[in-house]
Amino acid sequence: MSNIECAFPFNEYPHVLLAHGGGGKLADDLIRKLFAATFGDVNRHDGALLELPPSKLVMTTDSFVVTPLFFPGGSIGKLAVCGTVNDLAMCGARPKFLSLSFILEEGLPMEILLQVCQDIKSTADACEVSIVTGDTKVVERGKGDGIYINTTGIGSLINKFTGPETILEGDAIILNGDLGRHGMAIMAQREGLEFEPEIESDCANLWADVKKITQAGVPIHCMRDLTRGGLASCLNELSAQASRKIHLESSAISISEPVGSACEILGLNPYTLACEGRFVLFVSSEYKEDAMQLMGPAAACIGYVGEICEQATVINTNELGVERFMEQPNGDLLPRIC
Amino acid sequence: MKYQEEFRDSRKVRAIVAQIRKMTTKHWRVMEVCGGQTHSILKYGLDELVPAGLEFLHGPGCPICVTPTEVIDLALELSMRETILFCSFGDMLRVPGSKEDLLSLKARGANIQMVYSPLDAVKLAKDHPDKEVVFFAVGFETTAPANALSVLHARQLGLRNYSILVSQVLVPPAIEGLLRNPETRIDAFLAAGHVCTIMGEGDYERLVENYQIPIAITGFEPVDILEGLRSCVDMLETGKVALENQYKRSVRANGNPAAQQALKEVFEVKNQRWRGLGELSKSGLGLNEKYQEYDAARKFNLNAGHKKETGNCISGEILMGLKKPTDCPEFCNRCHPQNPLGATMVSEEGACHAYYLYKKRGAHNHEQHRMRLSI
Repeated sequence: MSNIECAFPFNEYPHVLLAHGGGGKLADDLIRKLFAATFGDVNRHDGALLELPPSKLVMTTDSFVVTPLFFPGGSIGKLAVCGTVNDLAMCGARPKFLSLSFILEEGLPMEILLQVCQDIKSTADACEVSIVTGDTKVVERGKGDGIYINTTGIGSLINKFTGPETILEGDAIILNGDLGRHGMAIMAQREGLEFEPEIESDCANLWADVKKITQAGVPIHCMRDLTRGGLASCLNELSAQASRKIHLESSAISISEPVGSACEILGLNPYTLACEGRFVLFVSSEYKEDAMQLMGPAAACIGYVGEICEQATVINTNELGVERFMEQPNGDLLPRIC
Repeated sequence: MKYQEEFRDSRKVRAIVAQIRKMTTKHWRVMEVCGGQTHSILKYGLDELVPAGLEFLHGPGCPICVTPTEVIDLALELSMRETILFCSFGDMLRVPGSKEDLLSLKARGANIQMVYSPLDAVKLAKDHPDKEVVFFAVGFETTAPANALSVLHARQLGLRNYSILVSQVLVPPAIEGLLRNPETRIDAFLAAGHVCTIMGEGDYERLVENYQIPIAITGFEPVDILEGLRSCVDMLETGKVALENQYKRSVRANGNPAAQQALKEVFEVKNQRWRGLGELSKSGLGLNEKYQEYDAARKFNLNAGHKKETGNCISGEILMGLKKPTDCPEFCNRCHPQNPLGATMVSEEGACHAYYLYKKRGAHNHEQHRMRLSI
């Protein structure tokens, strides 16, 4: 968290009131004393005037409703910036501008809102993205979960728009680290499960990695970040969209010991747990080594793209050398009885 | 969890598979009666590693799958009552009753809480004296002691707002039911290590003795399951009939006496309906006379009745080892995990669900796997 000074008089209004979203004096105070103090001089008109780059633009949007608001390795603030920045980066775009909309619950401690804003600011700075416009609404106590955030991002296309349609047979699939940290960190916090050592979310800005890969001139065929549904969901979606079979080697896929152990205890599949700092990169096999080097020591080639298929087909060669389907998860993580 | 690695070691797996291949001369049909083992067999592809003459039959080993529809309907009915906080293990939440599942009711505002232990439900009862807390007590001998303990704990705390909706099943009577059925052709059984950890070896010795069938007690990891299978094949090939314990790191001959004592104190054996199999004599547990006040069905005046199962589902035959999931025309067509037509598709540990997850399209080349493993 950054050490930004805040002039907001907590003693006056230590909690968010409905009036803070009411467009009057309190709303003005909130913008001036908290948002402007945290994010710098914000645009006070109805919209932001942007200097657009000559390249094509990419736009994406995402909403963040995570509870708890703070978790080991991140917060809803960090997530709200990384989530949208990462989606831009996955399209091959340099993140430029973000909008930031809050839906706050009446009674939220100002101190919490300040911490979240400070996380947003420090993460945005690290991602080289500017917050150019925003909005705040307040809902009655009991009708929200503290803070909901929506961010919309605009980025400038660096080379070409990369998506599943540019995936080719024979492409190597590179994953930038171990799986399941975010999902398990949130689940542990939510359900009061204690693991030793504590599991930290992998929540991270992926733009830094993408920048290195593009600057080095590695021709990217496709990238996608693993979010809800984890690796299994991501690859099944890409297989369907690219109409290509995907072959994996589970021995190349890394799962940390704490996440693996937690999955064993709860009967969960680590391939289906959410990540917030992991992505898969599709490149021609001749660029495999270069890409892995640029993506750091945790990067590994986990498989390759196969022949044309009619429906999503992800085949995983397991630890014993047997091919198994990796099915798209249902969407709810329910621990098993035994 | 490091200890699990050695039981997933591919070199050990290769070595045991090689031994099994060497000793197998005939077609043998070996049934596991544990959802965890069924899931492991399909997840790791053990069914494809063993010689073609060896066949795994997937018995009634998934407690979620065999919970009767009418009991799930009772759970749904209870959870819709305003005064009730209904608690359940996670995987029971999406098992459909005759119309819908607990997750859908939760979305419509029912008071349903997922818990990791029945003792968490007792704590909820203590913390919410204004609510009637009901725990969905399902499972085999493995979950039963904790469910019994929750009742004992509630009595100790003097809680009058805690009760359990019971659908506890017992493994040995199910095995006995299969052995008495003239249609089944089962050469040996793999017995579930965790059930024997609680109950000991006694019941299984009696089954071996009475039905002259080899049984190997084993665990859930690939090496465990294959060691159990090797033990069965060895007995079958040499004509030996015995109970062999391949899970000595957990199972003692007399089981866990403290857990058995808790079961004896709280429960009594009763006839039980199994989804897919129908009623089996003395195959379930219900609260005994001393603890009737904790029986949710009695407390809330519920009558389970009997719901007819979907006509064209073959899960009963699958659970008896007569058919495989892939023999069913509905498999992967109308019947899939989002729309299970019967017992074996409802939970990940049911045979049909596990087949769906790992080998639904059957596009595997067995010979290729064997070459890769150089067996």
